[in-house]
Amino acid sequence: MTSSGPWAARARVLGIVVNPVAGMGGRVGLHGTDGQVELARARGAEPVAPARARRALARLHELAPDLDVVVAPGALGADHLPDATGWRVTVLDGPEPGAETTADDTRAAVSALVAAGVDLLLFVGGDGTARDVAGAVWAVCDDCVPVLGVPAGVKMHSAVFGLTPETAALAASRHLAAPERHGTRQAEVVDRDAAGDVRLYGTVQVPALPAGVQPAKGAPAPLADDATALAAEVAAELEPGRLYLLGPGATVDQVGHALGLATTPLGVDAVCDGRLLAVDADEATLLDLLARHDRATLVLGVVGGQGFLLGRGNQQLSPAVLRALAAADPAGLAGILVLATPAKVGALPEPVLHVDLDDPELAAELAGYRRVRTAPGRSTVLRVET
Amino acid sequence: MSELRNYHAAVWDEPLVMELSAPGRRGNVPPAPIAELDPATALPGAVLRQAAPALPEVAEPDVLRHFLHLSQETMGMVGISLFGTCTMKYNPRVGEQLSGRDGMAELHPDQDDSTLQGLLEAVHRFDLMLRGLSGMDRFVFQPGGGAHAAYTHTAVTRAYFADRGELEQRREIITTAQAHPCNPATASAAGFDVITLPVEEDGYASLDALKAVLSDRTAALMINNPDDMGIYNPHIKEWVDAVHEVGGLCFYDHANFNGVMGRLRARELGFDACMFMLHKTFGVAKGGGGPAVGAYGCSEELATYLPGPLVEATEDGYVRRENPRGVGRVREYLGNLNQVVKAFGWLTAMGADGIREAADISVLANNYMEVRLLELKGVTKAFPQMTKRRLEMTRFSLEEYTAETGITAVDVQNRMGDYGIDAFWLSHEPWIVPEPFTPEAGETWSLEDIDYWIDVLAHVLEEGRSDPELVRTAPHQQVVGQLDGSSLDDPEKWATTWRAHRRKSGRG
Ligand SMILES: Cc1ncc(COP(=O)(O)O)c(C=O)c1O
Repeated sequence: MTSSGPWAARARVLGIVVNPVAGMGGRVGLHGTDGQVELARARGAEPVAPARARRALARLHELAPDLDVVVAPGALGADHLPDATGWRVTVLDGPEPGAETTADDTRAAVSALVAAGVDLLLFVGGDGTARDVAGAVWAVCDDCVPVLGVPAGVKMHSAVFGLTPETAALAASRHLAAPERHGTRQAEVVDRDAAGDVRLYGTVQVPALPAGVQPAKGAPAPLADDATALAAEVAAELEPGRLYLLGPGATVDQVGHALGLATTPLGVDAVCDGRLLAVDADEATLLDLLARHDRATLVLGVVGGQGFLLGRGNQQLSPAVLRALAAADPAGLAGILVLATPAKVGALPEPVLHVDLDDPELAAELAGYRRVRTAPGRSTVLRVET
Repeated sequence: MSELRNYHAAVWDEPLVMELSAPGRRGNVPPAPIAELDPATALPGAVLRQAAPALPEVAEPDVLRHFLHLSQETMGMVGISLFGTCTMKYNPRVGEQLSGRDGMAELHPDQDDSTLQGLLEAVHRFDLMLRGLSGMDRFVFQPGGGAHAAYTHTAVTRAYFADRGELEQRREIITTAQAHPCNPATASAAGFDVITLPVEEDGYASLDALKAVLSDRTAALMINNPDDMGIYNPHIKEWVDAVHEVGGLCFYDHANFNGVMGRLRARELGFDACMFMLHKTFGVAKGGGGPAVGAYGCSEELATYLPGPLVEATEDGYVRRENPRGVGRVREYLGNLNQVVKAFGWLTAMGADGIREAADISVLANNYMEVRLLELKGVTKAFPQMTKRRLEMTRFSLEEYTAETGITAVDVQNRMGDYGIDAFWLSHEPWIVPEPFTPEAGETWSLEDIDYWIDVLAHVLEEGRSDPELVRTAPHQQVVGQLDGSSLDDPEKWATTWRAHRRKSGRG
C-alpha cells in the first residue's frame, strides 16, 4: 500500500506573523508591552519573541518539512524563519517594518495573510497580539481562518496559545496535516484593559487539539462545543419577573441570542421578561438593577482555559454585586447558574473552578461542588476553589 | 526483545459481493418446485413479492473465494489482540460446535416449550450461575449487548418509579466521566437528565461530588468498577449507601468483570442491578465475531419490572411465562440464546474455582505488562500518583512521546497493525488522559504473545523516533491504508446495507 492517504491530498498553507516586541515588558515588571516598548527598552528589556518564534518554527519544520508558507516581511516574520529547506516560502509584499513594529503592522500583516488564503494563522506574541490578530481576522471575514498562538507575551490568558512554542508547533502540524479531521473550536481572546481588569475581547477559531482531548479519528462525534442547544434550554426556563444577569463569555451570550436579544459576549447584560435592560453593565448599574428587582439569577460561563468563574474577566460582578444578588435570591449564591460546554470542561487542566474575590467570606460561600450545565439534560459538578 | 516476524496482510482490492453478481450465474440449481407446492400458486397472492429479491448471482467458487478473502482482511483481529476494555479473550471453538448443533441451530423460538426443554434448562441453569456470581435474584438475556442491558436498566428504573408515583420527580441519573458512554446515553434516551461526575486526583470521582448532587430527584446511579483504566473505587459501598439513602437505585455496569470474577458480588456491595457481557467475559466472541448478549440481573424487588418472557422451572418442566408488570420486550423472544449456550458451556467448564483463577491471572498478566511497558521511554501511566495496583488493565499515555516526536497514539496504533497484531485500544471519549492507550491481557494469552505485543510497541516507538513519516503514514502492510474518516459521523454518507450504499452514493 502506498503511504499517502487522502489526508495528504493537498499541501496546506501556513501564515506566520510575529510581534517582535511581545513579551519584552515581562522581565522588567510591566504588565504587557503594548505602547510601552520605549519604557521596556529603557529598563533594559531584551526581545524574547524572535527566539520563541524560531523555536516554534524549527520544531514545525521538523514535524512538517513539506509546507507552503506565507510570512510577513522582516521583523514581522521572515527574519525569524529557521533554515527551512522544503518549505515553499512566500514573503508578503510591502515595506519592511522597522524594528519597532506597531499593532497596526500586525493588523495589516494579518489582513494580507487572510487574503492570501492561509489555512492556519500562526502568530507569535501574547494577549495583546491575540487581540490585534483576532480583530484583523474579523475585519476581513469574521472567524473564517483558524488561529494559533505561539506563547511569547507577558500575559497569555486567551485560550489560543500552545503551552510551549513546541506544543504550538505540534498542534499546527497536526491541524495542517488534516484540517477537516480535527476541526476547529471557538476560543476566547482576553486581555487586561486599561483599568487592569481581564476582559473578553472576542473569539476566534483555533485548531480543536487541546492537549490531550483530541478525539480519535473515526471515533464517535467529538465533544460537542455547541452551546446553542444548551442556551435554548436555559432561555426556555427563564421565569417571568425575574432579573437575569448574563455574565461574559461566548456560551452565556448564546442565551441572549436564544432570546433574540443583542447581548454582548464581552460584558454583563441584564435581562428581564424578554427585555434587555442593560448591555455591558458596570458595577453601579448592576447594583441599581438588583435594588429594583426582588428576584434575580446570575448566569455565568467559565473564563478561558483556566477555569475562572469569578474574578477574571468579570470584575464588575464585585463582592457588593454578589451580596446584593444573594439578598435578592432566596437560594442565594447557590442559585448561580453555570454553563460550560463539554469541550470547555474537558479542556480544564483539572475538574476545578476558581474564584478570586477580595472578600474571603463570600469566596468561602462559593467554594465546594457546584453543578455546571453542559448540554440539554446534561450536567457535571466541578469543585470551586478560592 | 524477540525478533519481529515479517508480515504483510492480504490485499484483495475486490468488489463487494453484490458487484460480483452476473445475471443468471448460479452456484447451485435446485430442482423446480413440485407443482402443487409451488409458492406462486400455494401462497396467498398478498404475500407474494412482485419482484425477485436483489440477491447476488454468483457461482459457488466465487462465493467461497470472496468470503475467504474477507476472512483474511481482519486487520490483526485474529492476531494477538490485547484490545483493552473489550476483554478480547480467545473463545474456545467448542462453543461454536455446541451452538451449531441441530438441538440449538435448528430450533425456532415459536416452538412449544415442551419441545425446547433442553434449551430452556440451559437458560435457567445459566441464570442460576450468574445469580451465584452476582448475588442478584434473577437474570434475563434479552438485551443484545452491554449498552442494551444498560438501556434495560433505565427502562426498569422508569417502571419502578412510575409504580411508586415518583417518576415525575426522579429525573436524574448520575454517572461518572469514566463510565462507559452507554450509561449516560441510555439514561438520556430513556428521558432522564444526566449528571456526570468528573474524575478527580485519585483516578475516580469523589464521594463528596456524588453527595453534592444526590437529592429526592435522584433516580439512579449507573457506574462501572473497576473502570476502564483498571482503577477500583474502594469507596463503592459508601456510594451505594448514599444513593439508597435518597431513594435512588444503583446499577453496576459489570462489563469490566474480568479482573474481579468470583472475587466480589454486586449485590453484596448493595447494588440493585448489574449487567455482564457474555460476548466479552464469558467465552463468547466480541465485536465482528458475532451477536452479543448483555445479561441483565436484578434484585427480587426490581424483577417485577423485568422484560418478559421469563424462564421458570416448574414441576412440569421449564416454561416461559409473561411478566405482567414488566417493561414489555426490549428485544424479541429470549435473546441471542446461541450465545447463552456458549457461555453456559464455558462457565460450566471453568467452574467457580476456574473463573476465580482466570480473574487472578488477568490481573497478574496486566501487572506484568505494566512493568514492561513503563520501562519504555515515553510511556507513562494515567494517574501515576494513585499507586494502588490496577486490576485487569491500565490506562497509559504517550503524551511525553508525542511531545518528543510529534507522533500520536493514533499514529502508533496505525503502525502496530503492520506487524499483524491487533493494535491497542485508546480510550472512550472524552479523553481525560492525553494520547491514551489501554491494553488488556486477560487470562488467555500466553506470556510469549504478551511479550511479542510489547516488543511490537517498543519497535514502533523507536521507528517513530528514527523515521516519523513511516509511522505517521501507516499502515503500509495492512489490508488498507489510512481512511478518510470525515464521513464516519455523517448519516448521509455511511451505509451498512447495499440498498443504503446505492441510495447514498447516488447510484440508484
Ligand atoms: C464498561 C462497558 N460498559 C458497556 C459496554 C457496552 O457494551 P456493548 O458494546 O456490548 O453494547 C462496554 C463495551 O465494551 C464497556 O466496556
